[in-house]
Formats: sequence, structure tokens, C-alpha cells
Amino acid sequence: MTLIDLANPTKFLSLTARILPWLAAATAILLLIGIYQSAMAPDDYQQGATVKIMFIHVPNAWLSMFVWGVMSLAALGTLVWRHPLADVAAKAAAPIGAAFTFLALVTGSLWGRPMWGTYWEWDARLTSMLILFLMYLGLIALWRAVEDPSRAARAAAILTLVGAINIPIIKFSVDWWNTLHQPASVLRAGGPTMDRAFLIPLLVMAIAFSLLFITLHLAAMRNEILRRRVRSLQMMQASGRPA
Amino acid sequence: MSALGPYASFIVTSYVLVAVVVLILIVWVAIDYRRQKERLRDLEASGIVRRSGRSAADI
Repeated sequence: MTLIDLANPTKFLSLTARILPWLAAATAILLLIGIYQSAMAPDDYQQGATVKIMFIHVPNAWLSMFVWGVMSLAALGTLVWRHPLADVAAKAAAPIGAAFTFLALVTGSLWGRPMWGTYWEWDARLTSMLILFLMYLGLIALWRAVEDPSRAARAAAILTLVGAINIPIIKFSVDWWNTLHQPASVLRAGGPTMDRAFLIPLLVMAIAFSLLFITLHLAAMRNEILRRRVRSLQMMQASGRPA
Repeated sequence: MSALGPYASFIVTSYVLVAVVVLILIVWVAIDYRRQKERLRDLEASGIVRRSGRSAADI
């Protein structure tokens, strides 16, 4: 099966049916390994055991931005190439991205209270992440508000590309402005500054959460294709066209 | 819990919350899949079929 074959929803469904069980199993195994490694990781000399929150906070924060990146590529696919699965991919990714962003915000808040003395601060990193969460909710609302999928797709694609401006703002907010949030310690020029005892469980959890996203995304795309088949059959039924 | 120090409640709450939200996502996707397949089967049972003639519920 070539990449171009995946533009065909039926072939895409056939592929997902074959790989989803394997992806789900790999995700579960890697999550279990990651959770075990996180539990066994030593306490940080400054933060104590609260450093364990990092192992779930950081993967969720990375994925909140990565998912928007995936949606931005899909938006290009919708507007430029009119790929039949591009809008399906974007629509299916939005609720998952919103969930990751919500988790990044709440776990960050729960980490911030003991370390910074506050759950929330209106600084650049936290505020731009909150804006990302609100943009996800806005996109989901847009898809629900417009009944015709092709009209909703174009509007959502434009909104997604405009919203992509926020991604570098989130990433570099800690460098551009004074914030309570620490600067990047893994994805930075010069390599990670983190000790291997923390870095390895963090990377395992990041890969596990990425696999979780891929699994959920493919499953949600499959559901969206089926939903569109339901809609087209319902329209055939309503129009009284012969089968 | 005591091994997690004075901020154990923050750590445990974070992990439980992530587990709950991930579980909700998995259940939501699974229920949505079953619902769409049921709707397709109901439509096909009422005599509405795709132009290709293939079953829409088959993957």
C-alpha cells in the first residue's frame, strides 16, 4: 500500500483496522514502563518528589503543541491539496489536543502550587497555553456549529492556520519574557541539561503519550469517516433517491 | 504516600487526573465507534445502501 492509497477512506479504514490493536498494545506497554520508571526516579535535590509531576506534565505540554502542528498540516491539506482525509484528520485531532492541553494546564498548576506558591500566574507561558486551550474549544465549537462538513472544514482550516502563530509564542515565551516557568531543559540548543535519571523516564513517557495520541487519533479518524458515511446515507434516505 | 513527601496529594492528584482523562478519551472513542457502526447497520437494514453497493459498516 502506497501513501497515495491512504487518500482513499476505505483503504485507510482497512489499514487502521490492522494496525490499531498493535498500536494500542505498544502504547499500553510503554505507558506501564514509563510509569514504573517515573515511580522509581529519584527525588530532585530542590523539588523533592514533586519532580514526578514533570513526567506527565511535559509530555502533555509537548503534545498539546504537536497536535496543533498536526492540525495545521491537515489544514494545509484541506485548503491547498483538498485531500479527502485532511479535514477528517484535523477534526479528529482537536478533542484529543484539547484534552492534552487541559492536562498540561492542570498538572502544571498542581506542580506550581508547591514549587512557586501559586496555582496560577498570568505570565506569558501559562497565558499562551490557556489561549491554546481556548482555541481548541473554539475549533470544536466551530465544527459542531456548521452542519455542512466541507464548509466547516475550510473555516476550521483557516482558524487553525491563524492559531498556529501561538505555537512559537508558547515555545519561546520563556526566552522572550520574564516568566515563573523554567526555560527549556530538553529541546534546546546545546542539548538537554537534565540528568539521565530524569531524562530517560521523561523520554519514555513522551514516546508513550505520542503513541497514545497516534492510536486515539487513528481511531477517532475512523469514527469520523463512519460518521460521514452515516450522514451521506441519511441524505440519500431524506432525498428519496433510489439505492 | 509518605515516600512522596509533604506534597504527595499534588503528585497523586496529577497522576489520577491524567489517568481519568485518558480513560475518558479511550471510552469516548470506543463508544463513538460502536454508535456509528450501529447507525450504519440500521440505515442499511432500512434499505439504504452506498452507490458502490458495498456495506458502509464493513471495514
